[in-house]
Amino acid sequence: MSVAHKSSRPSSAETILTYLRRNTIVALLLLLAVFIAGIETVRPGTVTPLWISNTLLFAAPLGIFAAGQTLVMLTGGIDLSVATVASGSAYLLATNASHGTPQAILLGLLLGLLVGLANGVGIALMRVQPLVMTLGTGLMTGGFMIVYSQQMLASQPRIPAFIQALGATKLFGAIPYDLFVWAPIAAFIIYALRRSGFGRLIYAVGDNRVACELAGVRVWRVLLSAYVLCGVLAALAGIILVGGTNASNLSLADSYLLPSVAAVIIGGTSIFGGRGGYSGSIIGALILTVLTSLLTLLDIGEPVKQILYGSIILAMAAAYARLTD
Amino acid sequence: MSRNDIESLPPESLAVAMRFLRRNPALVGMPALLIAAMIFTVIVHPAFGSFELQSLALAALPLALAACAQAVVVISGGIDLSVGPMMSVANVLAGSLMVHGSFVGALLWSVLILLVGALEGLANGLLVKISRIPDVVVSLTTGFILGGVALLIMERPGGGAPAAFLDLAAGTTFSEWVPNALIFLVVVVGAVWTPVVRSRLGLLIYATGSDRVAAFRSGVDTDFARLVAYVISGVFSALGGIALTMTTGIGAPLSGTIYTLSGLAAIVIGGVSLSGGKGGIVGPVIAAILLSLIPADLIFLNIDPNYGQVIQGTLIVIVVMAGGFAASWQARG
Repeated sequence: MSVAHKSSRPSSAETILTYLRRNTIVALLLLLAVFIAGIETVRPGTVTPLWISNTLLFAAPLGIFAAGQTLVMLTGGIDLSVATVASGSAYLLATNASHGTPQAILLGLLLGLLVGLANGVGIALMRVQPLVMTLGTGLMTGGFMIVYSQQMLASQPRIPAFIQALGATKLFGAIPYDLFVWAPIAAFIIYALRRSGFGRLIYAVGDNRVACELAGVRVWRVLLSAYVLCGVLAALAGIILVGGTNASNLSLADSYLLPSVAAVIIGGTSIFGGRGGYSGSIIGALILTVLTSLLTLLDIGEPVKQILYGSIILAMAAAYARLTD
Repeated sequence: MSRNDIESLPPESLAVAMRFLRRNPALVGMPALLIAAMIFTVIVHPAFGSFELQSLALAALPLALAACAQAVVVISGGIDLSVGPMMSVANVLAGSLMVHGSFVGALLWSVLILLVGALEGLANGLLVKISRIPDVVVSLTTGFILGGVALLIMERPGGGAPAAFLDLAAGTTFSEWVPNALIFLVVVVGAVWTPVVRSRLGLLIYATGSDRVAAFRSGVDTDFARLVAYVISGVFSALGGIALTMTTGIGAPLSGTIYTLSGLAAIVIGGVSLSGGKGGIVGPVIAAILLSLIPADLIFLNIDPNYGQVIQGTLIVIVVMAGGFAASWQARG
């Protein structure tokens, strides 16, 4: 955004800013283009169709995390248990692969369903603040997984071939298989948020919960569904993630907690609820994925990468807050 | 605590005491709970002696300081998810700076580390104010950045500090039943928090957390109050990191990670309301000791101590739910 601002003359700067303010998605796409240009500058010839398909492959888990986080944040909440749920579901999958792949996948998704249900019941029915509730369930899930993993020492975790293919390979070497999971989810969520009654209720609850209650909306149903969906999506993201890394441990998805929130925030969804949408989060996830590969290209140490990544997220979120205020 | 101290007119002792108890249920409930837990511990593990007491104090010290760091910000109406990583940074700073130094040198380095903590808190507070990003997201991100800083300072666990310095928390100077960690905790928390809570500053922080709009309209500089709360939080986090060096003897880049969540657990259990303005610092400190007792008790009961984390998570949820029920019950009655 700031780049677009600088490159134009002061007289037209205001017009452009107003335009970007009304069409934030364009601003996000510009930002994405800037990062891609950055990659091309650092190492010319990197941006090829193969690179694009790789980026999509790596972006899918983050995109699916962000889908759940978007739903929850649109209602004015947040889910800090997504990383633990994803690691847990991936670990359950890997340790139960011997019972058959479908069963193992279902078991992983079941964990997401259960934690999401617990979150939803606490937040929607008991009126616990989302931050505390999801923190609590995250701690509980993490603790259970540690205990479980110690009982599982004997059996070797194994990632089924199907999951490996899903998380790491591409159809005809061009279309990542995980896109076949992500794209329908994205289409469904964008459609549901815009067109369905449930989607409109999510916005309404996030905008003004009291007004919704007075209007006769069963707010608890909306919240419960949002958190359950978020839990299941997090579990799904964990499964795809473990297919990509082909190694399961309990801190698999730890590094995805911040990006899952950041992708949504950068994508223009307000943490206070009621404003935003999933299409922004998708671009947010793409921006963060491209940023990661840009930092990897720069050939700097992991700690510096982490510092830069965090700082750039802060800068982008701040710029976005300024733009839309 | 603070509001009472400041408001209280010449004491009509009983009435004042009753009002104090009504306003600070955590100050009665928490010690009672702690005593009950200690009695339970002694029953399940009759051999509970001075050594076990020392281990408990050592485990509780960093957590209690993390809880203080979190409590101050939450009382001011915010939240700080960077407490744990800041503790890691202070921990690796201490571990790498003090490794070949003298006792006095270690003390001087501690002052510098506290300064770093204050600066980190200032940065958090300024970012929240200037960037207009919600504090949850800001502190989550600064926490992520600080995690990188800690790794940059020290890639893998190592370093150390002079034995005399470690003994400030790890030793027993007066009696084997009075661990230095406990004295350290009381002195440090008292030294940082008492001047704040006894002054106008404390009142401003409580007022801001209780109702930001009302406080602002009454002429409180709410931005300043929140900033100060973040700075104090940074200092407490730095103290927690130094305490980690004292209790573990080394610096480790991931040592502080768990303390963000555990610290939040401690303040929730210790009676600090997450909507701000309510609670003190004694409740969270006692809650931290309680939480540190859980893994020990699980070991005594022959249960996998890793269930400790599960219990911690369950406790947070139950306490917050109970608080919600109590509030709606009071509102009805």
